Amino acid sequence: MKFTLSWLKEHLDTEANVEQIAETLTKIGLEVEEVINPFENMSGFTTARVEDVQNHPDSDHLHVLTVNDGKEVLQVVCGAPNVKKGMVGILAHVGAYIPLFNEKIKVGKMRGVESFGMMCAEDEIGVGTDHEGIIELPANAPIGLALSEVYQADPVFDISITPNRAECLGVRGIARDLAAAGLGRLKPLKINKLVNSFKSPIKVKVEDFKACPVYTARYIRGVNNKAETPKWMKDRLTAIGLRSISPLVDVTNYVNYDLARPLHVFDADKLKGDICVRMAKDGEKFVSLDDKEYVLDNQSLGICDDEGVQCLGGIMGGAAKGCSEETVNVLLESALFAPTCIARTGRKFQIDSDSRYRYERWVDPNSNVLGSDYATQLILEVCGGEASDIEIAGEENYQPVTTFVRPARLKSFIGMEVAADKIVEILTRLGFETKEEGDKIWATSPTWRGDIEGEHDLVEEIVRMIGLDEVPAESMPRSYFPVQVLKPEQRRVVTVKHELASRGLLETVTWSFTDSRLAKDFRRGGEAVLLCNPITAELDEMRPSVLVNLLLGLKNNIARGYANVSLFECGPEFYGRKPGEQKLVAGGIRSGMTSKKHWLKEERLFDVFDVKADALAAVAAANGPYDSVRISTDAPAYYHPSRSGALRLGNNVIAYFGELHPLVLKKFGLKQRVEAFEVFLDNIPLPRNNKDKAKKRLELSALQPVDKDMAFIVDASVQADDIIAAAKNADRQYITSVGIFDVYEGENLPKDKKSVALTLTFQPKEMTFSDQDIETLITKVAVEVKKKIVSAQLRDA
Amino acid sequence: MESIENLKERTLEQIATASGIKTLDEIKVAVLGKKGCLTEQMKGLSALDIEVRKQFGQQLNTIKNEIEQALENKKQELSARELEEKLKKESIDVTLPVRSENIGRIHPVSKIYEEVVAIFGEMGFEVADGPDIEDQFHNFNALNTPANHPARQMQDTFYIPNLESDNFDDSYVVRTQTSAVQIRTMEKKQPPIRIIAPGRTYRSDYDATHTPMFHQVEGLVVDKVTTFANLKGCLYDFVKAFFELDDIPVRYRPSYFPFTEPSAEMDIGCKKSKTELKIGAGNDWLEILGCGMVHPNVLKACGIDPEEYQGFAFGMGLDRLAMLKYGIPDLRTFFESDVRWLKHYGFMPLDESSMTGGLSNNGGLAR
Repeated sequence: MKFTLSWLKEHLDTEANVEQIAETLTKIGLEVEEVINPFENMSGFTTARVEDVQNHPDSDHLHVLTVNDGKEVLQVVCGAPNVKKGMVGILAHVGAYIPLFNEKIKVGKMRGVESFGMMCAEDEIGVGTDHEGIIELPANAPIGLALSEVYQADPVFDISITPNRAECLGVRGIARDLAAAGLGRLKPLKINKLVNSFKSPIKVKVEDFKACPVYTARYIRGVNNKAETPKWMKDRLTAIGLRSISPLVDVTNYVNYDLARPLHVFDADKLKGDICVRMAKDGEKFVSLDDKEYVLDNQSLGICDDEGVQCLGGIMGGAAKGCSEETVNVLLESALFAPTCIARTGRKFQIDSDSRYRYERWVDPNSNVLGSDYATQLILEVCGGEASDIEIAGEENYQPVTTFVRPARLKSFIGMEVAADKIVEILTRLGFETKEEGDKIWATSPTWRGDIEGEHDLVEEIVRMIGLDEVPAESMPRSYFPVQVLKPEQRRVVTVKHELASRGLLETVTWSFTDSRLAKDFRRGGEAVLLCNPITAELDEMRPSVLVNLLLGLKNNIARGYANVSLFECGPEFYGRKPGEQKLVAGGIRSGMTSKKHWLKEERLFDVFDVKADALAAVAAANGPYDSVRISTDAPAYYHPSRSGALRLGNNVIAYFGELHPLVLKKFGLKQRVEAFEVFLDNIPLPRNNKDKAKKRLELSALQPVDKDMAFIVDASVQADDIIAAAKNADRQYITSVGIFDVYEGENLPKDKKSVALTLTFQPKEMTFSDQDIETLITKVAVEVKKKIVSAQLRDA
Repeated sequence: MESIENLKERTLEQIATASGIKTLDEIKVAVLGKKGCLTEQMKGLSALDIEVRKQFGQQLNTIKNEIEQALENKKQELSARELEEKLKKESIDVTLPVRSENIGRIHPVSKIYEEVVAIFGEMGFEVADGPDIEDQFHNFNALNTPANHPARQMQDTFYIPNLESDNFDDSYVVRTQTSAVQIRTMEKKQPPIRIIAPGRTYRSDYDATHTPMFHQVEGLVVDKVTTFANLKGCLYDFVKAFFELDDIPVRYRPSYFPFTEPSAEMDIGCKKSKTELKIGAGNDWLEILGCGMVHPNVLKACGIDPEEYQGFAFGMGLDRLAMLKYGIPDLRTFFESDVRWLKHYGFMPLDESSMTGGLSNNGGLAR
C-alpha cells in the first residue's frame, strides 16, 4: 500500500516529520517497506536562465542556447517550441540521470553543434506530465537552485498491510491508526449531504443477498468525461503507481485508495434495462475490461443488465458497458460483497484487482452510501452533471461485534499491567465504543474493523498501541538441569550424518521434489507422487529416492570440472500421497577417483566396497544390530545386477548399495561409473532397552590369541559371506574373527573355481592351545564349510 | 711372551683405531677368546707360585676389565655412528604432500539444526517431527486459516491430488510451514508443552531470496502461565546465544499470522554496508522471525481450553539463520550440491554444538 505525505495529511492533522511517521507506522504494525523521496536521487539539476537563443545553423526547430546556472555559462541545444531569451527553467547538467529516459545526460552533438546539458520538461523530471515545452519558472526565480528547493517533494510511503488490517488499505485508515498512536488528530471527512434530486431511471435488484448484502447505484447525468482530472488527484495516483485514465475512473480509484471503498462506474447509456445482481448461469460468458473472455459458473456473482453479466461483482468490470471519453450518463455502483464469494471467484478465474483485494479482506459494510456520496461529490466537482437519489437494494445495517477485555487477564497473558482507563482510552481512539462493567471492559468494534472477534483481538490492539517494545522480556522459567530433548531416533540421525561426513562424504540438501522422467526408474513399485502445481516441469514429483537428485548434483559437478565426487543426503523419500507415507533415508553416491593423482600412487576408482562400507558404517552409527546384518544380492533394478546388494535384518531391508545401472546413468547423461548407497533409517530397529547404557562386560583373556590361515577351493559362484558365516559357525566359543585375505581365480585352478583364503583368530579361554587343540579347530572349520558349501575343498597349506 | 703391559697398550691402541664392530669382535676373540692371548696368560697362572699368582692374577684381571670396558665403549661409539649413517641414508623429503584423506562436511542446515536444538534444549524444548505432505486440516484449518482465507494465498502452496476425493479442499499439500507440527503435537499431548519442530517447508516461489523448499524451525509453548513477556525473553535469549554475542539489540513489530494473536515480527540489530552485514549493534534492523501468542482458535481446534491454557509460538528460517550467522550470501546455493560450496560453507564432522562446549568452532582448518 502506497500513499504520499500530502495525501496522509488530507486526513491527519500532524506536526510529525517523515521519519517520525515512518517509525510510528512500523511500531503499530504497518511496516514501512520504503519511504521514497522523489528528489533524493536526482542530482545534477539546477535552475538556470536562458541568456541567449540563436537559431541552429542546420535545423528548423532546434535552437542553440546560452544558459547561465549561476556558476557557469553553457551552450545547450534545445528543441522546445516555448524557449525564449530570459526565461528561467530547469537545466539537467552532464551526468544527471533522467528517469523518463533511463539515461544520463552526456556531452552530445546535435546536428554538428555541441550541447552541454538539457533544458527539462515537467515529465522528464517527474514533477508533472507536460511534455509540450520546457519548464518555465517565474522570470525572477533565482538561478542555481536544486530541484528540492524549487519543488515541494511529496514523499511516498510504501507499507505492507497484513490481511487483518483491511481498513488500512485506505489512507484514512492509516491516518486513524496514526492518530490513535498519538501522532496527530484525525480530520473529519467532509462530505456534502446530497439534496433530494431525481429518481434513477435504472433500478437495482439483488437475487442473492448472501453474496451481496447491499447494492447501491446512483445515476449521474450530463457528465463530461473529457474533463481534466485535477492535478492533486492525478499527482497522488501517479505517485502510488496508478495511471490516470479518465476522471470517472480516476475518482473510483482514488476513493478505493482513500477510503478502502471499492466502486464501479457503468456507462448508463450502454446498459439495457435494470441492474440485477445474481449468480451467473453455468457457461455464461463475460468479457472483462482488459478484453479477456471468461466462461462463468453458477457460483460467480454477476452484476447484470438485460444483456447479461456486465461486471464480475467486486472483482472486475466488463468491456461492454464501461465508461469512455464519450460517456455522458453514469451509473455509480457502491456495494458490499461477501469475502468468500469474492475469494472463490477471484481464485477460480485468477483475476487480481485492487477491488478483489479489499473485498476479500474486509470492506466496511456500512460504507456503501458514504462511499457513493463521496465519489458523487468528486465526480460532480470534476465532470459536472447532476446526481440522482441513491438506489439501494438490501439494508446497510451491519451490527459490529461487541466483546470484552479483562485487565487482569491482559496482565496474565501479556506479563504487563495496563490500567483500565488506559485501555478505554486506546480503544476509544481506535473507534471502539466502550463500557466498563465489573472486571470487564466491553467494546463494540467500529464497522471498518472486520478482524475483531474476542478478547485476544482487543489485547492485540492494546499492546500494539502501547508498543511491543514496552512489554518486559522475561526468560523462560527452566529446570536447573537440562534433560535430553532429542529422542533416540532423532539423535541417531545426527550421528549418522557425522559418521558419513567423517568418512569423506559431503553432506548436501536437495529438493524433496524431482524430475518425474528421471525418477521413474527409482519408484519402489508405488505410483508417482505428483504435484498439482509444480514450480517447473523438472520438479514435479515428490522424490521416490534421494539418489535422483544426488545424481543430478553429480552431473552438475562434473560439468563444472569436478568429477571426483562423494555426496550424501539425509532426508525423506516418498512412497504415497498421504501424510506419513515417507521414509527417512541416508543416501549417498561416490564417483570418480578416490583422490587426485598423488606421488604415492594409491588413488583408484571408487568401487562397490566403498559404498558397502558407507552403508555398514551408517547402520552402525544408527545403533543398528550390526552383527545380525546379512547381505543379499537383490538390490533394485536401478543398480548393476551383479555388483550390488542389500543389507538385511531377516526380511527387513535396511540398506541397498552397489554400482548403479549404466542404462539408468545414461538417462542422466552420466558416463562415469557411480557407486551408491541408501540406508533406510526408519527400518533399523532401535535397541530394545535404550535406557540401559551399560555395555556388555568385556572379557579379557590373559592368553594370547592364535591366528591361522586356511584356503578353500569353491565354485566361482559361491559367496564369501556364506564361507565366513560357516567358518564362524564352526565354533562359537573359540573362533573370534574370520577374515578373507585372498580371492584367486585363474592359473592352476579349474575354470569356474576360485580359491578363497581365510584368516581365523582362535582365542583360548582356560589355557593355552596345544597343537592338537588348534588342529581340532581347523578340522571343525573345514567340516562346517564343506557341510554348508558343497563344492568346498580345503586347499593344502 | 709379550709383556702384559705391552699387550694392554697394543690392544687398547687396536680398539681405539678399530673402524667397525667386526674389527672389535676380532680383537675380542684375539685377546679374550678361548685362545686369546690374555686368556692364555690366565691359563698360565696356575703354574705360578701362590704369592706371584695372586699379584699377577690381579694385574691380569685389571687389564682384562680395562680392555672389556674399552671394547664396550668403542662398540657403543661405533654402533651409534653406524646408526647415524644408516639413518642419514634413509632420508625422505618430508615436504612431500601427505596421503589424501577425504574429510566430508556437514551441511550448514544440519549444523544450524544442531545449534538450535542445543539452545532450545537448554530451555526444555523437545524436538518434534511431522510429515512433509500434510492434509489441509493440519496445514491450514486447524491453524485458524479456513478455506478462502487470504493468508492461504499469501503462501503459494504446492498441492498433491487426493485420489479418493474430487473436492479440492481434500487434496493434500506439501507443508507450507512447520506450524502443522504444532497441531500434531497438541493432538497427541496435553499441556504443558514445549517443543521445537525443525524441518523442510515448501512454497511455490523461486527467485534470489526464495526457493521452493527451505527449512523452518517452529516453536510452541502451551501451559497455564507463559506470557508474551516470556516469549520476548525466550527469543532474546535465543538470538543472543545463537549469534554468540554478549548483547544484541532487538525490536518487535506488530504483525499478523492467523494462528497467533497478538502477532509480532522480531528484528535484530545489524550494521549493513554494500559488502557486509554485521549482526549486533548498528543502525539497521533485520527481520529474523515471526511469533505471537497462540490463537485461541488453534487451541480449541486441538481440544485445549484457551481460558485455562495459553502460550506462544514462533517460526524462523534455518537457512536464513545460517546465512546470517555464517555469512552465506545466496539461499539458492544451499540446494545446488556444488562440491566447492559444500567444502567451503560446510562444517567439519567433529565440530559439534552444545551450549556448554560451545556452539561452533571458529572454522576448523579445512583439509
